[in-house]
Amino acid sequence: MNVVEDQVIMEVTNLKKHFDMSKGFIKKTKTIVRAVDGLNFKVYKGETLGIVGESGCGKSTTGSLMLGLLDATEGHIYFQDQDIAGMTQEELRKARRDLQVIFQDPYSSLNPRMTVEELVGEPLLVHGLASGKELKKQVSELLKLVGLREHQMKLYPHEFSGGQRQRIGIARALALKPKVIVCDEAVSALDVSIQAQILNLLKKLQKEMDLTYIFIAHGLPAVRHISDRIGVMYLGKMVELADRDELFEHPLHPYTHALLDSVPIPDPRLRKEHQLIKGEIPSPSNPPPGCPFHPRCPYAQAKCEIDMPEYREILPAHFVACHYPLVNEDTNVLPDIKKVK
Amino acid sequence: MTEITEPIANEQKVKPQSSLKRLGKRLLKSKTGMVGLIIVVAVVLMAIFAPLLTDNDPAKTDVINRLLPPFWLEGGSTEFLLGTDNLGRDVLSRIIYGSRISLLIGISAVLLAGAIGMALGLIAGYYGKVWDFIIMRTVDSLLAIPNILFMLIILAVMGPSLITLILVLGGTSWVVYARMVRSETLSIKERDYVRSAKAIGAKDFRIITKYILPNVLSSFIVIATLNVATTIILEASLSFLGLGIQPPDVSWGLMLSDGREYIATSWWVATFPGIAITVTVLGVIFLGDWLRDVLDPKIKD
Repeated sequence: MNVVEDQVIMEVTNLKKHFDMSKGFIKKTKTIVRAVDGLNFKVYKGETLGIVGESGCGKSTTGSLMLGLLDATEGHIYFQDQDIAGMTQEELRKARRDLQVIFQDPYSSLNPRMTVEELVGEPLLVHGLASGKELKKQVSELLKLVGLREHQMKLYPHEFSGGQRQRIGIARALALKPKVIVCDEAVSALDVSIQAQILNLLKKLQKEMDLTYIFIAHGLPAVRHISDRIGVMYLGKMVELADRDELFEHPLHPYTHALLDSVPIPDPRLRKEHQLIKGEIPSPSNPPPGCPFHPRCPYAQAKCEIDMPEYREILPAHFVACHYPLVNEDTNVLPDIKKVK
Repeated sequence: MTEITEPIANEQKVKPQSSLKRLGKRLLKSKTGMVGLIIVVAVVLMAIFAPLLTDNDPAKTDVINRLLPPFWLEGGSTEFLLGTDNLGRDVLSRIIYGSRISLLIGISAVLLAGAIGMALGLIAGYYGKVWDFIIMRTVDSLLAIPNILFMLIILAVMGPSLITLILVLGGTSWVVYARMVRSETLSIKERDYVRSAKAIGAKDFRIITKYILPNVLSSFIVIATLNVATTIILEASLSFLGLGIQPPDVSWGLMLSDGREYIATSWWVATFPGIAITVTVLGVIFLGDWLRDVLDPKIKD
């Protein structure tokens, strides 16, 4: 990958998004869902940053915030030195030329009443970049780029398969020649074989068009293939962020470790005993005190129940939020911390 | 990394068709749509060419020949094919001329109500907040007042005429559309494709007209066609109460209410305009159904 290490294209600082879910008119019950609760990370130009986590951990909300589709409650999102969180609608509209999205479900993310030509050409039309013959030419080039045929221009989305629809979605995202694309579970809804096709297509496009991806997914295997760095989210917070190989080989956070452990191994002879994470993800409206992972953590100690661990760079380019990170000489073996629980 | 061959784009033979040709082809496929179209076209032609279709003056009274039965019954005459009413007016020519006003009221009141309801429903649903509150509370208040009473008050103040009748009928029935459009809008605006429109930087107007409106249109058309029927009947009620169409003008609704008294003795006076309303409404509904299907690209031709 042609990652320019020190060229930060996006930076998120102390990003928060709280949803007020208070109900009741006479007897008000105040509930605030902390979907995203204090995120800090940088995105480098040309890289693919994978963001993973269980459903409900706030990863999609993060994606929407970075696109300006949601207003942040607190914090900043710098994109090319401009703060997306503080932009007016009109500024945001302009910024979107450089900031695009590919959605999870190709069945619901394409307007059923528009033809492929309209769908792919719309971004160009909206920003006044092309019209008439020129528009048509550009649309057919875009279609070629994502592996669709020109004669399919007049068809409607429902006439395509899931993978092809996702290609339409990609063509639409590419139309404006953006710099950053947020892939919100872009392959999760597809068959495994199609997933690989789409991932390869995304990689190819990244090289050709010098794109930066923020790749949101719920499983580590899917992001491993495509990411340069991976961040793991839990309950609205980033718990670990590191280079891909570093994260896979030396996970420092117990949660990351457990996630890696839970990846199914196809060969039964290679399977080993592993610990499943206990319990359910707590409700983000009522997060546990201290470290959000402590009720499920096998290594939790008294301190974890009281103090929120700081998100810090404990190894070069390896961030983790844990009081007792799994640092060990041979990190594949879990350190022998006496279980408190 | 495993290389996976580039996708096999499906090679269906798609001949680009002009949309008009496609429309015609779809119409031929749909029998009910065809029937609907024939009925509606026939009624419209009947309204336009009314003077050519009958020699009898629909307003001319002829007390000697009052309440004559249709020609095939005893006492009927071929001069009045469908008989005469209580004032000796020719039922057939009244139906032919009545189609003018009934159709005009039915269609224009529905168009008016539909346009208001669609616009306000979209605004309430899409922008929410204060807009939603103002619009929906207005809708609620209008729904709380009995429709007929409300219309009577306005008509009594403004005086009955064709224009006021259309305004009143359209101005009170838009609430149904507004509610329906609003609720559909609420669900559609949360879909991913609307988010994708925002993500490409589309403005609100474009999102509303290109993304939301086409997707609420099918439910809208169904309600609108059904409402053509309701409006024609409603006009009949108003005419019956004396605040609708004023003689010598004639509408099907007016004929229906005129004939009500004689239904036991001279059934033809009310029955034939009734049949005319039913058939027309059926035609409109068939046509609406077909139109809905045509507008949905998912329904294959």
